[in-house]
Amino acid sequence: MKLNRKLIVSAIAAATASLGGLASSANATELEVTHWWTSGGEAAAVKVFADAFNAGGDTWKDGAIAGSGGTARPVIISRIIGGDPMGATQLNHGRQAEELVEEGLMLDLTELAEKEGWKDLVRPSSLLDACTLDGKVYCVPVNIHSFQWMWTSLDAYKKAGVDAPADWNEFVASAPKLREAGITPLAVGAQTWQTNGMFGVIRMGLGGIDLFRKTDVERDPEAIRGETMASIFKAFGEARSLDDENNSIQNWNDATSQVINGTHGAQIMGDWAQGEFQVAGQTAGVEYDCLPGLGIAPALDTGGDAFYFPVQDDPEKTAAQLRMASMMISKPVQVDFNLKKGSLPVRGDVDLAAANECMKKGLEILKDPANIVPGGDQLFSQDTLGQLEDLLAEFWTNPDMTPEDAHDAWATLYEEAD
Amino acid sequence: MSNNLTNQQAPASEATGRQRRHPLLRNLSAKIAAIPMVLVTLVGFVGCSVWSIVYSFTSSKSLPRETFVGLKQYDRLFDSSRWQASVENVAIYGVCSLVFSLGVGFLLAVAMDQKIRFENTFRTIFLYPFALSFIVTGLVWQWLLNGDFGIAQVIRDIGFTNFEFNILSDREYSIYAIVIAGLWQGTGFVMALMLAGLRGIDQDIWKAARVDGIPAWRTYLFIVIPMMKPVFITTLVIIASGIVKVFDLVVALTDGGPGVSSELPAKYVYDWMFGRGNLGQALAASTVMLSTVLIILIPWAYLEYSQKKDATHG
Repeated sequence: MKLNRKLIVSAIAAATASLGGLASSANATELEVTHWWTSGGEAAAVKVFADAFNAGGDTWKDGAIAGSGGTARPVIISRIIGGDPMGATQLNHGRQAEELVEEGLMLDLTELAEKEGWKDLVRPSSLLDACTLDGKVYCVPVNIHSFQWMWTSLDAYKKAGVDAPADWNEFVASAPKLREAGITPLAVGAQTWQTNGMFGVIRMGLGGIDLFRKTDVERDPEAIRGETMASIFKAFGEARSLDDENNSIQNWNDATSQVINGTHGAQIMGDWAQGEFQVAGQTAGVEYDCLPGLGIAPALDTGGDAFYFPVQDDPEKTAAQLRMASMMISKPVQVDFNLKKGSLPVRGDVDLAAANECMKKGLEILKDPANIVPGGDQLFSQDTLGQLEDLLAEFWTNPDMTPEDAHDAWATLYEEAD
Repeated sequence: MSNNLTNQQAPASEATGRQRRHPLLRNLSAKIAAIPMVLVTLVGFVGCSVWSIVYSFTSSKSLPRETFVGLKQYDRLFDSSRWQASVENVAIYGVCSLVFSLGVGFLLAVAMDQKIRFENTFRTIFLYPFALSFIVTGLVWQWLLNGDFGIAQVIRDIGFTNFEFNILSDREYSIYAIVIAGLWQGTGFVMALMLAGLRGIDQDIWKAARVDGIPAWRTYLFIVIPMMKPVFITTLVIIASGIVKVFDLVVALTDGGPGVSSELPAKYVYDWMFGRGNLGQALAASTVMLSTVLIILIPWAYLEYSQKKDATHG
């Protein structure tokens, strides 16, 4: 009985504590913004947003969530579903927020979008399409990010006495020389999304956009199980052997530092890595070089970050949310933000004279619409993407798993995808 | 327990001729006081478990939906190599932490019980890790076990320059990193429980054993340990529930990596429920976890309680 009484008391205490937590106070125009931009270059970019929002008389309450999107997304989504929505939140475009929108948990931005003419501004238009559901706009695209880049350390190649590679095949051929000089050819963080992204880049580089269209958009079973896919899995197996076996690096930016320091030859990583090179004071073409599409196929996917605005009860907050949305897509903020972030602006009408070599390469590729591929987030549900991610991570760390096995498992997941 | 006893004694007092009361009204205040707890158990525990099981047969994505798909989620679950790895890992983690935390915890408690000096100090040192959360434990061990900077580097600095110890990035052994961290955190607590049990043993028993010339190790093995059965059962339950729910330790220490080599079932559930928006899959996994626990628990509870009944009848 004594025990029971204690339990009841503690249960009541717990219940009151959780009730207290719900009733949080807030200022009228203070908006909490959650995002997972925490590396050096990313933090500098967020500051551009915060400063611009504060300059308009509102208060940006920063809610950075450390770790990758995989860590932050569950926190963000469970807060919205659980009835404690933040003022605004970063999410990638596409299906991540689809269900939240369907349930009416996200603010409808259509009116603002029509007033400011986002439809004509945003380039490529697929970015705004990804924000649109049943003709209504629910998010603000803020940048174009592409994973299709390989970053090489020119210092490392100088040290090894080989010419820096111009494409993936040269890179694989030069790997033994790098090893001789005590340099690990490929820098990879152990987080699963990195392995996954790297696979995507190798696939796009070696298979081209056509194959991607056949496998991911049309889900053509012959292409999925075909020869080219098999050779891509072989190449991915080769990449696996170029990684440091006892690699204990977790974060992508730590792997980027290895390339910046010249202890590793190259990293396959999205253009956000460029922010790190800039923070380290390195110049494209001098200390580091970039190979979009592995130097073989000039293709860029146009994923990116977008901000969603969960529905708030307070009308003043809603007004502030609309002010923030308008600020994020405005011309000066777009330029500033994207220069810091290493990404490309979503508007075609801004001046990018300050862009560096790599960004110009990227813009050149973007000019031809044939080079643009939609990002994976827009084609598969998180569920399927998660399964693919697990598979590739397992393949990367398990040398007993042959490329053929991985190809078969991969094809099965594609066939079962919803 | 006390409730049971009073219930069993009640018929005897009624037989003496007092007015018969409705059985529901007996001990009324105690029953009223128990109502909130009963409700919490029924709604919170049983209710939610049933809800989980029902929705594990649906194709619910981020939000629960009543589209029943039969055993499809379970098919996928058992085909998933990540789930298989998770089950294997929880078995390794479970066996290791049961055996070692009980064994080492008991030995430490016995050592403490030898009337040593500075017992309080040692007790505090051993119990201290228990005050840290699993997240902190995980981070601390992530640094200690780091192959480039941690313990490995210390040993290299001492002079063994070729020493390599990097289980965190080794697919075969990464789960043992979690075992080590878990043991470091939990063993002190087991020791404290065991020590309390040892102190509860009557000193006269020790005296009697000594008079009979029984060596100390045999006294422990054949007299003290059987007398400590309730303590062992309490400890077992605490350790076992810790094994099933271990989650934060993996997230902080290895995040399931490298690859899927140190994944655990609770993390699988979490990932599909929140990160990947497939409630049906997550609930199927949690239902499998629940039924595994029940398969172990029900025969044990049956044995335990049926014995007691026999004892009272006899």
